Amino acid sequence: MRVQIEKLVEAYGPSGHEDQIREMIRSEIRGIPDYITVDGIGNLIGAIKKKSKSGKKVMLIAHMDEIGVMVTHVDEQGFCRFIPLGGVSTLSCMGSRVRFADGTLGVIGIEKRLNTNSVPKFDQLFIDVGATSREDCPVQIGAAAGFYRPLEEIGSRLIAKSMDDRIGCVVLLQVMKALRRTPHEVAFVWSVQEEVGTRGAGPAAYGFDPDVAIAIDVTRTGDTPKGWKMDVSLGGGPAIKIRDQGMLADPRIVRHLREAAEAAKLPYQMEVLEHGTTDARAVQVSRIGVPAGVVSVPCRHIHTPSEMIDEADVKGAADLLLSFLKRPIVL
Amino acid sequence: MPQAKRKSHSGTKTKVKSGAKRAPNRAKLTVGVVKRLQELSEAVGVSGDEGAIRKIVLNAIDGHVDQVSTDTMGNIIATKKGRGRMHVMAAAHIDEVGVMIVAVSSDGLLRFAPNGGLDPRVLIGKPMWVGREKIPGVIGASPVHLLNRNEQNASPSMESLRIDIGASSKEAALRYVRPGERATFATPFENLGHTLRGKALDDRVGVAILIELLRGKALPFKFTAAFTVQEEVGLRGARVAAFTIEPDAAVVLEVTPANDLPAEDEANENVHYNARLGFGPALSLADASSLHDRRLVAHFEAVARAQKIPFQYRQPGGGGNDAGAIQRSHDSIPIIGISVPARYIHSPAALVSREDIANTIKLVRAGLEALSPKVLSRK
Repeated sequence: MRVQIEKLVEAYGPSGHEDQIREMIRSEIRGIPDYITVDGIGNLIGAIKKKSKSGKKVMLIAHMDEIGVMVTHVDEQGFCRFIPLGGVSTLSCMGSRVRFADGTLGVIGIEKRLNTNSVPKFDQLFIDVGATSREDCPVQIGAAAGFYRPLEEIGSRLIAKSMDDRIGCVVLLQVMKALRRTPHEVAFVWSVQEEVGTRGAGPAAYGFDPDVAIAIDVTRTGDTPKGWKMDVSLGGGPAIKIRDQGMLADPRIVRHLREAAEAAKLPYQMEVLEHGTTDARAVQVSRIGVPAGVVSVPCRHIHTPSEMIDEADVKGAADLLLSFLKRPIVL
Repeated sequence: MPQAKRKSHSGTKTKVKSGAKRAPNRAKLTVGVVKRLQELSEAVGVSGDEGAIRKIVLNAIDGHVDQVSTDTMGNIIATKKGRGRMHVMAAAHIDEVGVMIVAVSSDGLLRFAPNGGLDPRVLIGKPMWVGREKIPGVIGASPVHLLNRNEQNASPSMESLRIDIGASSKEAALRYVRPGERATFATPFENLGHTLRGKALDDRVGVAILIELLRGKALPFKFTAAFTVQEEVGLRGARVAAFTIEPDAAVVLEVTPANDLPAEDEANENVHYNARLGFGPALSLADASSLHDRRLVAHFEAVARAQKIPFQYRQPGGGGNDAGAIQRSHDSIPIIGISVPARYIHSPAALVSREDIANTIKLVRAGLEALSPKVLSRK
C-alpha cells in the first residue's frame, strides 16, 4: 500500500489535468473489473457486474484531481501570473514550489507588500520558473501546475501535497483488489474536477445510475491547537459522514456503514463537517436522487502542500468499505 | 497537451506592452453577415423573451437544415445530417442582458430589476427600448449641478434607478408598459469600418457565426446547432438543449470581454486583458463554469496553426458560459469554447473586430471539418 500511496500522492494531477493519475490507476486495475471505461469529462470507471438478485448497484467514488494553479499571463521578465484551481490559499502559496505537466518547476513569489498584516491576493503573487524573459519562459498561458512535495513519513503519520484525494483513490484500489465476494454490482469511479466544484461526479452518477453511492474523501480533524471544534481526530479510524456544507448523508447509508464497521469490529468516528463537501453532493441529486454517504479519511492541514494522514485510518476506511460491500443493503 | 513543446504564441519581440503580436491575417467578413448581425443586434431578446431573435434565426436557416424544432424552453435545435456515427453540437445563446419592469410608480416611472449581469454604473443616463414595441425610455440621472461630492463619487444602487418613458401618471404609463415586460439598451448598430458597434453583441455575434455554419456546406458528421435561451440568467437553456441533443462533443460560440486597453499606469503591463481585439478567435482554457476539454483545445489550436488562422487564448479566470452546463449534462460531454473578443460587453455598446469574426468563422469551420472520433480517443 505504501508504494501505491507514494506513487499516487507524488504524481501530477491538478483539476482538469488528471491524465497521468488516470493512466496510473488504469494500469493498476487492468484485468480486475469486468469493464473499464473513461467518460467524456475524464472519469475512470471500473465495474464489477455480477450481482445476486437482492444485490444493489453500488457506486464508490474518489477524486483524482488535486488543487493547483493555472497560468494566466507570462510577463516580459518571464514571470507567470496565475489563478488558483480549486481552494488554494495565498497563505500557503508563498515560497511553495509548483510543478507543471512536463516537469517544469517553479517557486511562488510575492510582490513587495506595504501592509504585511493583510492576507495577500492572488494578483500579488507570481510563479518564478527561472526564466529571464517571456521568450525563454518554458510555460505559457493555460499551463497548470500542482504543488510539489515528496511523500514523507513522520511517526505513524504520512504527509504529502495531495492526500486530498489520492488517499481516497488508494482506498478504492485497495477495496477493488481485496473484494472477493459481494452480492452487489459495484462501480469504482475515479472522478475528475472535484476541487473546482464536484463537476465530474454528477455525470459519472448519471452514467452508472446507482442505487447507492459512497464517496471516499478526506475530512478535517478537530485535534490541532485552536482549530475548528470537530469531533474527528487523526488516527481515530475512518469517519462516517453525517453532514457537510454541501450534503446531508442518507441516514440509511449512515446506519449501514455503522453496522458494517461494528460487524467487522473496526474503530470509526462520526463526522459532522462545517465546511467543505465531496463528490457525494453531486451524486446525491443526480437523476431521481441517489442515497449517498461518505467514508472520510481524517486529514490535517487540508489544502496546504503538507496534508497529513494516519495510515491506520486508510486501512480502516478500506476495511469498512469491504465490510459494507459484503453485507446486504436494505433501503 | 504537451505544454513545453508548444511554442509560445506570444513569444515574439515586440514593443506592445501587453506582449503579443497582432495577427497578420486579413480575413474578410461578407456584407451579408454584417447585415444579419445588424438585424440580430437591433432586435430585442432579453432572457426569457427571445421570440424576436428566434424569428430571425429560423428565417435565416430556413432551407439550410434537415430538421428544426423549438423546444419547451425556446431553444432552437437545428440539425444537418452527416455520415458516420459522430454527432457534434454547436451552441450560441440568443438572449441578451437587460432589465425587467417590476412596478410602475404613481409618477409614471418604471422600477426594474436586472436580467443578467449588469453594473448600475453603465445604466444611468442611457436611452432604453421598453417592451417588444421598443417604447423609447431613458434611465434618468440627476444632473451634475445638483450632486454633492459624495453623490458624485458613489455608484448608484440598482434599486434607486428608474426608466422614464415620459408618462405623467401611473395610468398613462400602464397604457404602454406592463410589469413583467423587458427593456434593453436603445442602441442602433453601427458599422465603423474595421470594427462593428452595437448592443447585445454578446452573443448575437455567436448566433451570426452559427447561422453561417448552417448555411455553409454540410460537415462530415451529424451536426446540430442549438440557439439557446436564458444563458445570461444562468446557462438554463443550454442544459436542456444538451440533454435533447446528447452529442459526442460540443462547441460553444461566444463573445468574451476584451479588456485590452493599456493599464492606467503605462509602465506596468496589462496582465488582466482577458482577450485582445484584433488577435483572432479566443480559445477558452478555464473559466468559472468549466475547464475546457484539452483534446479539443489542442485540436482547434493545431488546425489554426496549420491553416495560419490567427487565434489567442482567453486568459483563464472568472466568467462562464453555456459550455459549463453542456459539459455536465448526461454522462458528460467534451466541450470547447471559442469566442470573439469584444470591448465593453454588458453595456449599451460593445465593439468587435470584423476580422476577428471572419477568422472565428474560418477556424470553427476548419476545426469542425477536421474533427474525428480520433481527436477524442483516450487510447
